Amino acid sequence: MSVRDALLALLDRRPAYGYELKADFEAATGDGWPLNIGQVYSTLQRCERDDLATAQDEADDQGRRLWTISAEGREAVAEWLETPAAPVEATRDPFSLKVLMAIETSPDRVDDLIRDQRNATMSELQALTREKASVADGDLARQLHLDRSVLLVEAQVRWLDMVEARIDAHGKATS
Amino acid sequence: MTSSHAHVSLLELQNASLTLGEGVARVDALIDVNLTVTSGELVAVTGRSGSGKSSLLNVAGGLTPLSSGTATVEGEPLAGLKARDLAARRRRSIGYVFQDLNLLPTLTAAENVAFPLELDGVKVAEARAAADVALTRLEIGDLAGRFPDEMSGGQRQRVAIARGVVGERRLLLADEPTGALDEVTAENVMKLIRSLCDDGAAALVVTHDPSLAAWADRVVRLRDGRIDSITEAST
Repeated sequence: MSVRDALLALLDRRPAYGYELKADFEAATGDGWPLNIGQVYSTLQRCERDDLATAQDEADDQGRRLWTISAEGREAVAEWLETPAAPVEATRDPFSLKVLMAIETSPDRVDDLIRDQRNATMSELQALTREKASVADGDLARQLHLDRSVLLVEAQVRWLDMVEARIDAHGKATS
Repeated sequence: MTSSHAHVSLLELQNASLTLGEGVARVDALIDVNLTVTSGELVAVTGRSGSGKSSLLNVAGGLTPLSSGTATVEGEPLAGLKARDLAARRRRSIGYVFQDLNLLPTLTAAENVAFPLELDGVKVAEARAAADVALTRLEIGDLAGRFPDEMSGGQRQRVAIARGVVGERRLLLADEPTGALDEVTAENVMKLIRSLCDDGAAALVVTHDPSLAAWADRVVRLRDGRIDSITEAST
């Protein structure tokens, strides 16, 4: 539903064509959330079905239809913005599954696995940081997108550090 | 992030080992560390508390003599120097930035930055001119006349870094240089250190923060006094 609400929020600003909404959406998310144009139109059609937005009856000479938000659509946007979103769920990801399974099944290989994984993750962090360094000062959306990516990857490095420290402490406690 | 300057070795540690304490209190703080830092390079040092990060900075800066192995700064082995020459070498080549900064509260930003040069016998006017150059590089030339308590934490950090690279100093050793700063201010400090390195300096920066370490060309991770891994940024 987030993409629907985001498109409605953009429409709340001014009426727009589908391709304009796609471009505005990608600019606002710092090009970190590519949208396919088909997804934009199918979402707009659902909005029309649910009376959240309407399209011009007649297409212009280039075959484009202008979309306008409805009063219900405005309410939906307001409610979306006012309701806190659920935090990112971190229960399952391939990265942690591998580490946890290695601890369970191959304890003698965990040290090497953590080291290799940390190297790979740190490398990714360095690449993101270089990208950040090249972002123009005024490009707020791109900066925010990269900040978020950096923090998510950083969390993995920090977790690996904790895994290593906990295993060491556990080993000392049980030896 | 490559420098157009010729890359010369500013710091070289070969088989560097450091043992602290004796008997039951004996600790192998560093074991067989090999590390070369050349001009243009930013190297981050990470690792858990007690892994040897601060010891590494201390031996790199000649503050602690090695138990075995060699430490060489700008081609000169530190072990061969008399105490007075070692102190002079440190003042001339190496800048330190610590979390608590050690800025003198009764001196202005410019006086703080000029201080190590004056200690080295440089004339006051010349030292002040070099301080102004360093402060301008750190984008705080307009704060030259301010006292430390008249500046923000981020500004004081820049003064400390300016002092670290004043005159001919090209090797910056920093221990958690962004420790007390918020994320964005800390990032700006790392960006400045990065750009100083791009202009031909070199920095060895201890940090526990992975996203700040990621500004480095190489991230050296210490574990129990040894180099556990080195992550090189892909170019």
